[in-house]
This record gives sequence, C-alpha cells and structure tokens, in this order.
Amino acid sequence: MADPMKIRANVTGDTTEVKVLMSHEMETGQRKDAQGKTIPAWFIQSVTATWNGNTVLAAQWGPAVSKNPFLSFKFKGGAKGDKVLITWVDNRGDKRTDEATIA
Amino acid sequence: MRTFVAPGMGTLLGAALLATALGGAAVAPALLAQSSAVDEIAKYRAALQDGNPAELWEARGEGIWKQKRGPKQATLEQCDIGLGPGVVKGAYARLPRYFADADRVMDLESRLLWCMATLQGFSDADSRKQLFGNGNDRKSDMEALVAYVTSESRGTPMNVGIAHPKEAEMYRVGERIFYFRGGPHDFGCVTCHGDDAKRIRLQELPNLTTKEGAQKAYTTWPAYRVSQGELRSFQWRLYDCFRQQRFPELIFGSDASIALTTFLARNANGAPFDAPAIKR
Amino acid sequence: MNARTVLAVTSVVLAVVGCSTAPSKPVVSSVEREETAAKASAMLKTSFKANGQAGLDRLDQDETQRACSALDGNAPSKEVAEKIEKLNLATLKYPAEDKLLGDWKNGEKIAQEGRGKQFSDDPAGPVGANCYACHQLAPQELSYGTIGPSLYQFAKLRGYGIETQRYAYGKIYNPDAYAACSNMPRFGHNGILTEQQMKDVTALLMDPASPVNK
Repeated sequence: MADPMKIRANVTGDTTEVKVLMSHEMETGQRKDAQGKTIPAWFIQSVTATWNGNTVLAAQWGPAVSKNPFLSFKFKGGAKGDKVLITWVDNRGDKRTDEATIA
Repeated sequence: MRTFVAPGMGTLLGAALLATALGGAAVAPALLAQSSAVDEIAKYRAALQDGNPAELWEARGEGIWKQKRGPKQATLEQCDIGLGPGVVKGAYARLPRYFADADRVMDLESRLLWCMATLQGFSDADSRKQLFGNGNDRKSDMEALVAYVTSESRGTPMNVGIAHPKEAEMYRVGERIFYFRGGPHDFGCVTCHGDDAKRIRLQELPNLTTKEGAQKAYTTWPAYRVSQGELRSFQWRLYDCFRQQRFPELIFGSDASIALTTFLARNANGAPFDAPAIKR
Repeated sequence: MNARTVLAVTSVVLAVVGCSTAPSKPVVSSVEREETAAKASAMLKTSFKANGQAGLDRLDQDETQRACSALDGNAPSKEVAEKIEKLNLATLKYPAEDKLLGDWKNGEKIAQEGRGKQFSDDPAGPVGANCYACHQLAPQELSYGTIGPSLYQFAKLRGYGIETQRYAYGKIYNPDAYAACSNMPRFGHNGILTEQQMKDVTALLMDPASPVNK
C-alpha cells in the first residue's frame, strides 16, 4: 500500500491552486541492477483530480516523470471547504486516492 | 528529473551527467559556457524547493514516533532527546549533547537507537536492519524518524553547548578527526572542505573551517537527495564522505561520527536550522 | 602569524568583548594537542569497520599523513615542508629508459574515471585518477573541479622536454615530493595507479597531440 499523498489546495479569487506530493518509485524500466538485470518498469500512468465531482485535471504520465513526483496546477472555481480528490493509477494497476479541503 | 546513474558509478560522474544535460549544450571551451552550467544547476535547485518529497518522510516519521513498537510495545513519545521526555520541538538544534542516563555525548541518530533499545526493547541488530533506505520497498524507519524530529527544529537557531567536559572533549576530538589525513588517497575532511569557493566537478563545496561555511552546510541536513531518491541524514552524509575518502566503513552512531558532528554542529551555532532541505 | 592563528586570536579577543564570532577556543598546549590526537586515532579505530577492499589498516597513518594532520589545514613551516618533501622525493620510481609517455587517449579515460579503492568498488574493477574532480584538463570537458589548479595547456606553457615529463610523472607518482601536504593523492607511492596508467596520464599532460595542449 503506497504512502498517502500530501495535498494542499488554496483558493484566491476565482482560482484554486493545488499542490500534490506523491510517493511513488517511478521506475522507468530502463535501469539495470548490480547483477545486470533490468529493473521492471513501475510508474504512475494516469492522474485525475476532481472538485465537487467534476474532473478538473486528467493526465497521462510516462517514465519521464521523476520519483516522488510533485504536481502543481490551478483550476477556475473552488471555494473554501470544498473537497479536491486526487487519484493515481500505475502500470501494475495499483491506485491511490487522497483528498484535501480547499483552504 | 532524475539522472539515471548506473550502479557503481560515483556521484561525481552523476553530477557531471546532470550538469551537461542541463547546461552543456555548447562545446566551445569558453569560460562562459562552463559557468552557465553552474548557473543552470542553481536554477534547477531553486525550482526543486517547492514540493520537497522530504515531507513524505516527515509524515511517516511522525507516525512511527507515535506507534507502539518492539518487544515492549511502546511508542517513542517518552524519548528524551535533550529537552525532556517527548519534547521534540527545538531539540535537534541542541544536539549533539551529553546524556546522563547513557553517560555519553549523543547525536540524534544514536539517541534514537538508545530510545528504541531502552523504551521499545529492540535489539541492536534489529534497530540497525535498514538504516539507509533503498527504494519504496526498503524504507528506513530511522530516516523517517530523523526527518520528523529535525522538521520540528526548523527555524530554531543552532545552539550546541560544550559546557559538559565530555561535550568539550568530543568537540576537540571531532576537530582532530576533521583534519585527519589517511587512506590510500591521503584524504581528510579538510582536503575538500578546508578552502573557500572550491568545487568537485561542478559541485560547490562548503568551507567547513569557517563559521559561514559550517552554518550553510550543517543547517541544510537532513535533506532529500534527488539523485538518491531518498531522505538522507547527517550520519549518512558522514558515512558517504568517508566512503569516497577511501576509508573503511563508518559505523552508524559511532563515537567518531558523534565527535565530528559535535565539531560541525557547534561551528554552525547561531544560524537558524532550515531542514529537511532538498539537494541534487 | 598565519591566517588561522589570526582568526583564533581575533575570535578570543572578540569573544571577550561580546561579539558573535566563531566559538572562542582556549589556548591549548602541545601536550594537550598530542593527547587529543591520540584519542582521535583510537576513536577512529573503534568507529569504523572493514568493508570490501577497505580494511582498518587504512586508518594507520604514515609519517607524511601524521605530520600533515597536525597542521589544521595550514601550510607547513619551511623546516617541516623540507623534511616531508625530502622523504617523499626518495620514493620516486621512474619508468625504465626515461620512456615516460604512454597513450593520452587512455590517459583521458583515467582522468575521467572516478571509481577505484572505495569499499563500494569492485576490487577487480576500474581504478581511475579522477583528475577532473579537482582539475581542468582538456578544454572540451566543462565539468571540472577547482580544488587544484587548471592543467590546461600544461606542456604548452612549460615545455615538452624530458625535464617537464619527469616533473609531470613525478607529480602524479608522489605530489608531496614537490608540495608537502598536498591535497593530491600519491598515486604511485600509495599504489593507486599502475606504471602504465601514470604514463598514460603523463601523456595526457605532455603529448603535443593531447587536447590539453591544443
């Protein structure tokens, strides 16, 4: 079970800024271990962010994204107290959803 | 962006690869091209400050501190790291220090090993099982605890005392160790950290013999090392320096590591502690 | 009075008048210094463990290392410097028949190679000189360190003759023969590089065809 994400969401005027820190190995599948064996690929493939049930961000990621990725984005809308949910799914089918309250 | 360094490659080559990837497009030998590579790395570091993955270790460390563990099924909430049992806020800025119950000077990591043994009943072998993390499936509880405890000293001015005779002695011995030249390469800490404005490859080196250098360096460890993908503590930093100095392996929490830490931490006195930080 | 003594004296004075500066250090007798040095050596022996090719014997200091450790990073006095340089000069072993130049292309590889002698290194693996960690050499390499002086145009500036070749080889073999307590490793005397490797690095510095001299 992956570590929980750290999510911060703040609204200023009509724009909400969301910052997400995810815990994930993001292994590219190109590296070899000390014995010369390829370390299997293991990375987040999709990220979705919803606000009040609406999708505000949908992303498809690949192996170029680094380990323990940090995602920062803004969307129009949001009010103090609203919930923002972030979900990621990786190439092994593992997923994680965490939520934050807009401050 | 992480530089993929093959196992066995020194961090020096890794740094070189990173440097050339960022700023080494020009092949011309002009000094301008070379110094812009250093500037690009500075920009990269500035961009990294937001979203420090160290926060993930801090959160996990707080959980471990408050969790009932070990044969005695106790939490670490009665662990005294210098300001009284369970007082975490501001404690790291006063370490290393003398502890009467152990009758020795201890840094944070050696004190955590002490509390894990005395409060939780862990054997020495068990508490030393995974001191340095190696991926998400080989996490280090010690590094998480260090991240949590040190985060509670952020903003506190460094204040390491040497009033106790054992503290004063550790400071003096630490200083001798700093200048100790040895191994097949004749390296000592002073070899790389004894002058201003020097660098290895493109990695700038702090001058640890000056107050300014010691302050800048000591207050930014522990740190999330992007190239390692891990949160690394000061014990790790010393261990890895000695490895590159071609010394044998520094024992975690050993007297020499504490003496050296006492010397460097005290030299940093007065500066606000600013970690866990993030480094390349 | 050297810089460190000035700093120590100044910090004692300023500490007295209450200024914030480096922690004031009490004046320590040479007997106390020797005792502390002995404590440090003893502490090191119990604070390290052997790993891979790095045994605890690596913590045994030779006369040069011991003398240089006592200087607190300062330059040695004229007498001490002469003694150390004489001691190390006596260790120089040159290749037969003054054939000091190897292959500069291999020399460049050795200069780039940072591995060798660490407990994490395969003892059968590559051993380099890691010259670029501290020096500028070939102008095409932008990733160079500044712990040592630039070696760019080494022979172009000093001459290509046999005397300069012997100086270059000698510096690599044992830099303390020329500069007591040098920061540079004694690649030959301490058995880090082979004779052929040192010839190749000498060629990197001395060969007119080497990029270092372009």
